Amino acid sequence: MKAIRLDKLALNIVAYAVIAIVALLCVIPFIMVLAGSFTSENAVMTNGYGLWPSVFSVESYRAILTDPTSLLKAYGVTLLITITGTVAGLFLTAMTAYVLYRKEFRYRNKFAFFFYFTTLFNGGLVAYYLIMLKYYHMKDSLLALIVPLLLSPYYILIMRNFLNAVPDAIPESAKVDGASEFTIFTRLCLPLMKPALASIGMFIALGYWNDWYQAALFIDDQNKFPLQYMLYKMITNIEFLSYAAGNNGIPTVELPHETVKLAMTVVSIGPVVLVYPFVQKYFVKGLTVGAVKG
Amino acid sequence: MVRKRNLLFYLVQNRPFLLMILPAVLFFILFSYLPMAGIIVAFKNFRFDRGIFGSDWNGINNFRFLFLSGQIWNIFKNTFFYNVAFIVTGTVIQVGVAVLLSELSSKFMSRFSQSLMFLPYFISWVIVGAFFYNLFNFDYGLVNAVLKALGLDPVDVYSSPGMWKYILVFFNNWKWIGYGSVLYLGAILSIDEEMYEAADIDGANVFQKIFRITLPNIVPTVIIMVLLQVGNVFRGDFGMFYQLVGNNGNLYDATDIIDTYVFRALSQMGDIPMSSAAACVQSVMCFLTISVVNGIVRKFSKENALY
Repeated sequence: MKAIRLDKLALNIVAYAVIAIVALLCVIPFIMVLAGSFTSENAVMTNGYGLWPSVFSVESYRAILTDPTSLLKAYGVTLLITITGTVAGLFLTAMTAYVLYRKEFRYRNKFAFFFYFTTLFNGGLVAYYLIMLKYYHMKDSLLALIVPLLLSPYYILIMRNFLNAVPDAIPESAKVDGASEFTIFTRLCLPLMKPALASIGMFIALGYWNDWYQAALFIDDQNKFPLQYMLYKMITNIEFLSYAAGNNGIPTVELPHETVKLAMTVVSIGPVVLVYPFVQKYFVKGLTVGAVKG
Repeated sequence: MVRKRNLLFYLVQNRPFLLMILPAVLFFILFSYLPMAGIIVAFKNFRFDRGIFGSDWNGINNFRFLFLSGQIWNIFKNTFFYNVAFIVTGTVIQVGVAVLLSELSSKFMSRFSQSLMFLPYFISWVIVGAFFYNLFNFDYGLVNAVLKALGLDPVDVYSSPGMWKYILVFFNNWKWIGYGSVLYLGAILSIDEEMYEAADIDGANVFQKIFRITLPNIVPTVIIMVLLQVGNVFRGDFGMFYQLVGNNGNLYDATDIIDTYVFRALSQMGDIPMSSAAACVQSVMCFLTISVVNGIVRKFSKENALY
């Protein structure tokens, strides 16, 4: 009896300690960036970064907010691609999943494999890049940021697996009543799919919000940079810093470089970190739905 | 004749479905299948004015140059070994954390720490790159600030290629720990409670319960997750490598993977022949590994296979 309690206690101590350390490691970089962004540039120059601002200052935020045009543009681009992409992508994902779920559809397995095959084999970056550029003329087009991320075979199949739990009798009976397939989908199935729509929608939205890769490939026009790509340019490119900070007239030397980078990082993480506690449950749901089968 | 009428009949009968699935079909043709056909660019002497399909064939010359240049072996080796390291450490750590999470007696602590661990999953690699800069920057980075405060020599990670395998493995795990452990925790929580109750009656201790009940029961989930990653063992996480390493020539030997090589060759040097050959080899290798691995799994347990 005593032995059982002891091993349970030992395990619990280990579990608490390990989990606490892991969780701390996961948040420390966030705290560090936040602290750094509120530290004065001089303090960073002499002491380096810390976990708490040694000399408190909002100089870096002032630098990026005096003329926030470029920042607002990047936010605008990111919002635009996230909203349109998520709405359109989610609708198409759901509609495609609905078709694959309907047993009446003769070619459902063939099409399911047609989609799935793209996860097994692909043409590689060069072919994709050349086709997008040369045949679809996607250079500097916002469509290059939206369209290629609309559909993913995984999400279609996860959505279909979710729909498979809906009894066939529901669409069948609506059919008998004379509803068209499209009506059955929009009126009957979409409302039933709400949990799956929420979780897959979150995944799609996060994909758009965090995307910088499409921009790196296709966007040269600074007015069309999404937020993440602008941040990347800023961190790696000192000339871009003054553009992003909006201080086009001021010589770059006078800008607080180091802390401005951190302030920009904070500004571009902000929205995601603020919403994530609320949306996390949808992600977890999406994970469990997804794990049911592959 | 009869067959033709049959096909037409079925097409008409399935018309609403076909119409509804049409956008997705077009999408995959345009963005997946046409690029698959575009893989032939690897066998061509690409000229921009003539396009992929109009350029002249030049056999396997592109491949010959790629292999003769000597870089290919190193980038393939890096891609493969980094991925193996990610899969092994990732799986062990995520399963370990999931087991520990399930053992926490406080529900609040479990929820709260899951939230914190999930945080890195939500941010882009660009932001992780900014964190990295913040930690390891030679002059101001936190790591060096701490080292200096302790009276030690600061480290410059950008001139120490040897450190990168640990750095990349660390950050990969950091990013995925929440996602993976929550997924495995879900699998653990769906294990039938009665098994644990029966084990209690038989006098099993917690470790016996973990090794005899918990772990064996999540094996199918682990297999699927590992399988999905093994299939991509020749495809690197471009975002991570590119954002953390950047364009630093000193580090290429230690950190270059196929994806960064192809991206660089394409976007900076405009080297279409070399990069298309490398991308083609990568696609074929990926397809082969997926087929082989899936075939092996099918042989042992059909329901765990991908297809």
